[in-house]
Amino acid sequence: MPRVALFIPCYVDQLYPAVGLATARLLERLGCEVVFPEEQTCCGQPMANAGFDADAAPLARRFVEVFAPYEHVVCPSGSCTSMVRNHYDGLVPAGPGLERVKRSTYELCEFLVDVLGVTRLEGRYPHKVGLHQSCHGLRELGLGTPSERVLPPSSKVAGLLAGLEGLELVSLTRPDECCGFGGTFAVAEEAVSCLMGRDRIADHVQAGAEIITGTDVSCLMHLEGLARRRREPVTFRHVAEILAEATA
Amino acid sequence: MRSSTSREDILSALRAAEPPAVPLPELPEPGPLPADPVAAFELSVRAVGGEPVRVPDAAALPGLVRALAERLGARRVASAVDLPGVGDVDLQALPDPHALEGIDLAILPGLFGVAENGAVWVDTRPLAHRGVFVVAQHLALVVRASEIVSDLHAAYERIDLAGPGLRLFVSGPSKTADIEQALVIGAHGARSCTVFVVG
Amino acid sequence: MTAGHAERAARFAADEPRAHWHDQALWFVRLKRDRMAQAVPGWEELRERAARIKAHTRSHLADYLEQFERNATAHGAVVHWARDAEEHNAIVHRILSGRGVTRLVKSKSMLTEECHLNPYLEARGIEVVDTDLGERIVQLAGEPPSHIVLPAIHKKKEEIGELFHDKLGTPAGLADPKQLTEAARGHLRQKFLAAQAGLTGVNFAVAETGAVVVCTNEGNADMGTSLPPIHVACMGVEKVIPRARDLGVFLRLLARSATGQPVTTYTSHFQGPIRGGELHVVIVDNGRSRLLADETLRGSLACIRCGACMNTCPVFRRSGGYSYDWIVPGPIGIVLATARDPVRHASLPMASTLCGSCDAVCPVRIPLHDLILARRRSAARAGAGGLAKRLTMKVAGLVLGSRTLYVLAGKLARGVGRRAPRGLLYGRWNAWGRQRELPPLPAESFRERWRKERAREVRRG
Ligand code: SF4
Repeated sequence: MPRVALFIPCYVDQLYPAVGLATARLLERLGCEVVFPEEQTCCGQPMANAGFDADAAPLARRFVEVFAPYEHVVCPSGSCTSMVRNHYDGLVPAGPGLERVKRSTYELCEFLVDVLGVTRLEGRYPHKVGLHQSCHGLRELGLGTPSERVLPPSSKVAGLLAGLEGLELVSLTRPDECCGFGGTFAVAEEAVSCLMGRDRIADHVQAGAEIITGTDVSCLMHLEGLARRRREPVTFRHVAEILAEATA
Repeated sequence: MRSSTSREDILSALRAAEPPAVPLPELPEPGPLPADPVAAFELSVRAVGGEPVRVPDAAALPGLVRALAERLGARRVASAVDLPGVGDVDLQALPDPHALEGIDLAILPGLFGVAENGAVWVDTRPLAHRGVFVVAQHLALVVRASEIVSDLHAAYERIDLAGPGLRLFVSGPSKTADIEQALVIGAHGARSCTVFVVG
Repeated sequence: MTAGHAERAARFAADEPRAHWHDQALWFVRLKRDRMAQAVPGWEELRERAARIKAHTRSHLADYLEQFERNATAHGAVVHWARDAEEHNAIVHRILSGRGVTRLVKSKSMLTEECHLNPYLEARGIEVVDTDLGERIVQLAGEPPSHIVLPAIHKKKEEIGELFHDKLGTPAGLADPKQLTEAARGHLRQKFLAAQAGLTGVNFAVAETGAVVVCTNEGNADMGTSLPPIHVACMGVEKVIPRARDLGVFLRLLARSATGQPVTTYTSHFQGPIRGGELHVVIVDNGRSRLLADETLRGSLACIRCGACMNTCPVFRRSGGYSYDWIVPGPIGIVLATARDPVRHASLPMASTLCGSCDAVCPVRIPLHDLILARRRSAARAGAGGLAKRLTMKVAGLVLGSRTLYVLAGKLARGVGRRAPRGLLYGRWNAWGRQRELPPLPAESFRERWRKERAREVRRG
């Protein structure tokens, strides 16, 4: 039975506890022993993303200390996972701890597919779903093939969703355009950020999506915030919530 | 007084800044020649807005060129390809490149064609005025059917840039999409590009 | 403080139909690029080769430039060297004025834009006519290009019709691209015929042979260098490549990435001058050796100016080229502009979501979003964003760095947020809330609920 340490990003912890719980339930249902190291706080992405490495470094070091003891670390966020795997070099002194954590930290869907070898989940979710492929998960972690690349098409997240009975993935005109969240970009460049987000929502709505999902709550929070203000006819669920609900 | 020239300054600044040596990679192998190279080439010529014309029998070429000139309403025709009865402008005798203005149709030899992109390799060195390919209102290129290469890697294996002069690829007619991305043929250069594939 | 990218972008995005029109036009180019790339077997491998050829060349740049100079000179070209923009402009002016040139036709050259050559020559009595249609349009409008490959992409055909009516005397109300192009053709042909010299940029300079390679679709570079006897070709030091055969790699990538064409219409290899004429090649540093010395940023010298990173950039498409306030906009522009003048361009590193689409299209595999992040780092080190931002980051770092503080602050913020009146929550200070709702704030955090659930489970045991 794989023992999994949950890495719950700070904004999921504070704003979307249900996503964390869904992640835990899903992993347990798939036979994992799930623990939550309570010492964890934040991976440092908000600072690092804004260029403030000096402020991010202590958080990154702390993260490595907290999670180094675990064989598997699983996170319901592509961008936080990518932070650890792709951006900790230079923030954390090189060493076995860092290397171990970089190797052991997985985004949830990636963990299901690559480590647990799940290809299909038994479950039902009779809805038309639009998948928002968050950029860092897609282009930094390689959760799928970005539309720019000339490589065989693939998507770990879409694969898991499409396997659910009754779930229809709608096809978008722009399958992986950025939603405009971008961390501090969301407020620093508010106008363009919101225009990008509204364009994404419009694409999902025209494609007939009832629910928009994705691997990253940050993007979904931005999109949902726009959609609720404009009373768009869509709702938002993190992919962990859909998978947990469908397999309940 | 300056103690060094700009040239030396720049070169020494670059030398000081150069990163550690990185090896020069091997070039990709040329792609395989398509099963029907001429058909592939013709498809590409069409895709770039050109007009391919298959001429299995070289003897038919002068007639086809005359017909083209007629269709285009070309009155002043200049040919750098030896075609009996074609052309009334002696390119080599023009006093000045500005005399190229007013040529309606120019016919030039192409050394080879490239199947992947419809480009024809043109050597302007034998011409008295190199700009004929772009100043003439319409352009016709003549390529031998046996001289089609698969792609640009294959093309550069053939190309020898020894000696001075202008050599170029021409792929279709002059075009622009600078106004609202609408493709318009005939920007500055040739309004049409006919490619005769002979043999 | 002058307005930054965000303010300029907001102005562009405020005209939503227009921003969407701009976005669609460029997205269309991106799709054409995708189709072309997909049709080339080994596309990704080709990008890799291109990147490696450029990396190799960078590590021997001075040698290759000397080799190029030797070979170009042997073919009869005259090679000039300019340390900076001022020297570049002076050299070009000296060449032209020494030969009595008062009418110059120019084909596209981002370098001469970078050096502000046009106003320099115009102030000295030389008429400069940009002959690329898009460049001519913006020149007539008195604007800089808004995109490096599609200079007039921000203009609607009706506006171009009006401009041509005004400047070229075309009939009022003309808005058909075909007719407008035809009008420009007639107008520019007269300019070509009257020109005494032609100036071009350089896409590639081949060290091995001394060739200067220029790619255009319109044929303006060829026209401008085949009628007048004098050809001036201006290039940055980074344009040199080792071998003619390397062109196979770059040319297969360039037009496909730029406009979704398999190759440009004209790919001209100039070796030496036109018969009886002159070819002057001006090799320019203007900050490039400094860029080469920068370990992080030197990769940006590989750029072949295809514009693909602009076309794919979701921010560029919705903010327009002018929002970058630099001659090369978009992702690569952020890197180049801030490398040149980090203070003036302090807002640019934030003009990106770091989505990484630019890296994925770049034909020479410049890790653009990593470089933009690197620019944020140096901006942060230099104190960009001011004290407020530094302090915010510091405090956030401290709070997030301590479990106790983090838990407390989270509870507090959620508590306040849940009780605060909407008017306060969505006050002017809240840029998030201008167009977006805040997420509903849960009473308990994940860790609180986790602990309770686990405790229950343990009790149930
Ligand atoms: S950075 Fe890359 S994608 Fe952008 S213009 Fe340069 S070569 Fe093209």
